[in-house]
Amino acid sequence: MSSNVEISASTQAILAEVNPASNPRPVLVLNDRSHAWITEKVCGIIEGKTPLWWWVCFAVSCSIAGCSVIGFTYLVSTGVGVWGHASPANWAWDIINFVFWVGIAHAGTLISAILCLTRQNWRTSINRTAEAMTIFSIACAGLFPALHVGRVWLAVLPGYLFPAPNANGIWPNFRSALEWDVFAVNTYGSVSLVFWYVGMIPDLGVLRDRFFKRGDKLRSGIYGFFAMGWRGSARHWVHHEMAYLLLAGIGTLMVVSVCSIVSFDFATSLIPGWHTTIFPPYFVSGAIFSGFAMVLTILLPMRAIFKFEDFITAYHIDCLCKITLVMGTLVGYAYLMEFIIAWYGANPNEGFTFVNRTFGLYDWAYWIMFSCNVITPQFFWFKKVRSNFAFIFVLTIFINIGMWFERFVIIVTSLARDYLPSSWGYYSPSIVEILTYFGTFGVFSMLFLLFFRFLPIIPMSEVKTVTLQADVHGGKHS
Amino acid sequence: MAEQPYGLIATFDTASGVYHAAETVRDAGYKNWDCITPYPVHGLDKAMGLKRSLVPVFSLAGGIGGVIAGVGLIYFTAAIDYKLILAGRPFFSPIPAIPVIVELGIALSAFSAVAGMIVLCRFPMLYHPVLKSDRIISALDDKYLIVIEACDPMFSPTRTKDLLEKLGGLDVKELEA
Repeated sequence: MSSNVEISASTQAILAEVNPASNPRPVLVLNDRSHAWITEKVCGIIEGKTPLWWWVCFAVSCSIAGCSVIGFTYLVSTGVGVWGHASPANWAWDIINFVFWVGIAHAGTLISAILCLTRQNWRTSINRTAEAMTIFSIACAGLFPALHVGRVWLAVLPGYLFPAPNANGIWPNFRSALEWDVFAVNTYGSVSLVFWYVGMIPDLGVLRDRFFKRGDKLRSGIYGFFAMGWRGSARHWVHHEMAYLLLAGIGTLMVVSVCSIVSFDFATSLIPGWHTTIFPPYFVSGAIFSGFAMVLTILLPMRAIFKFEDFITAYHIDCLCKITLVMGTLVGYAYLMEFIIAWYGANPNEGFTFVNRTFGLYDWAYWIMFSCNVITPQFFWFKKVRSNFAFIFVLTIFINIGMWFERFVIIVTSLARDYLPSSWGYYSPSIVEILTYFGTFGVFSMLFLLFFRFLPIIPMSEVKTVTLQADVHGGKHS
Repeated sequence: MAEQPYGLIATFDTASGVYHAAETVRDAGYKNWDCITPYPVHGLDKAMGLKRSLVPVFSLAGGIGGVIAGVGLIYFTAAIDYKLILAGRPFFSPIPAIPVIVELGIALSAFSAVAGMIVLCRFPMLYHPVLKSDRIISALDDKYLIVIEACDPMFSPTRTKDLLEKLGGLDVKELEA
């Protein structure tokens, strides 16, 4: 017996008295699966025949996405008047949907970046899917600011969104929070895409060689092009790991900054209910909350369809539920704190706004938001709930709905009832807005189905690092 | 054409096998050699005696470049090219410029980190003797390889082969260039 295992008699007596609970590290890949099994399982999905359910889902998704195409085509050909916007609510579903989708994106970056920095090894099997969700939801989010300008071709030149001088030689105003948004969202989208791609390079190399062996030159060539000649060299792994770690650090800064900047769209204005300093942390926690709900909404069916129970274990789902609970509780705290500050600030307009939100014309929206976002996550306190996957799925749908209503409540109630009662109004959306928004779910699921079909949805090389076989010290790491 | 082989290639079945073999090859004084693994084996860089990656230097340079680009963009547009008088405010004020500067700094440092990785790995490298070997498919799956190049000053077709075999390397063969 080695010296560090020997325990003195007095220590043993203390141990017998306090009876410490054994706290083994959770096993992240169940059933002691071999590396070859992992490769076969993940690549098998891409190499196998396209299942019937995929075609059915893809057809349905495309039809739903068609609603967005119709909505946007009608908007661009006719003008922004086809949306239900009218003074005083000159802004509504476009920005609501934008913030909704950007918010969902945040969980992916949190899982891939912050959980990587904090060495939460359970992230390995789910980070590829979560990052895919980030990219696809940024794509959906980006549609709204790009198209709400109406004449979309003017977004780039002469600079409705991007900095390019207009016909009079005037540049966009960098004091505008909307211009900050352009930079934030473009940075977010492009850096997330790069992060996703860098993590995927080793797995693309695996697919390249497997297709080459099967004699499929075309697919081998396409995967090989993107694998850039990856060969698993230890000299390359050093750079790859370092780049990945740096991207995680940069991503952490990004996830906090982007939703803060999105919240500046509101916080830098003077509208009651918007002009508050709580907005940046409130938006970031709301974003992560909605994103984790969406991650669970996607992962639970994915786990069942592809039989990923050995990768995405009950422990993974448990962790995700716990983070959702923390974030949901933070959001609930922010809701209450807004009221306290409105009362403590003694500004009559601010106070009125919050009373109006809760009991005014839009009280139905407020209470949908409140019950979905504050009450729903509290179920996750219970272990029984966290292990009942069907129930979790239902709860996450409620959270997704609640988080959309949160943006609706913030944006519409404040605009419809601002300082001057003579300009008060009631906003309701037109069918064009509803169709457009509905369609983005089709875009989102269409992109996801393509991802499921053509890319390695579980990061094979990362999952292999958390298996027992990967430990060069045989579990005796000093 | 009887070309000189690229080097010797040996297969290892376990991560700890390749890890301990790498330590010995490093201590034997080889320089031009490599391990091929399906995932980053923890600590293998130290076992091989590899230096810390230079990717952070690229990333830092990119980040500084991004910040300069952000300041430059806003300064040029607001204070040089078209001075727009807005309620008597200064043409360039650093406070509202912060979000754009931060985001450009983030974007460029991220892109530079990736560019640095690509440059340091010499990607895209679409031809390499290891990629031509039929062992690459298992080396990206569940096997581990050690490749010692013939251009290494210590290389000898017999002694290097003996070393790899002694370390537990399976199927030690010459690798075609």
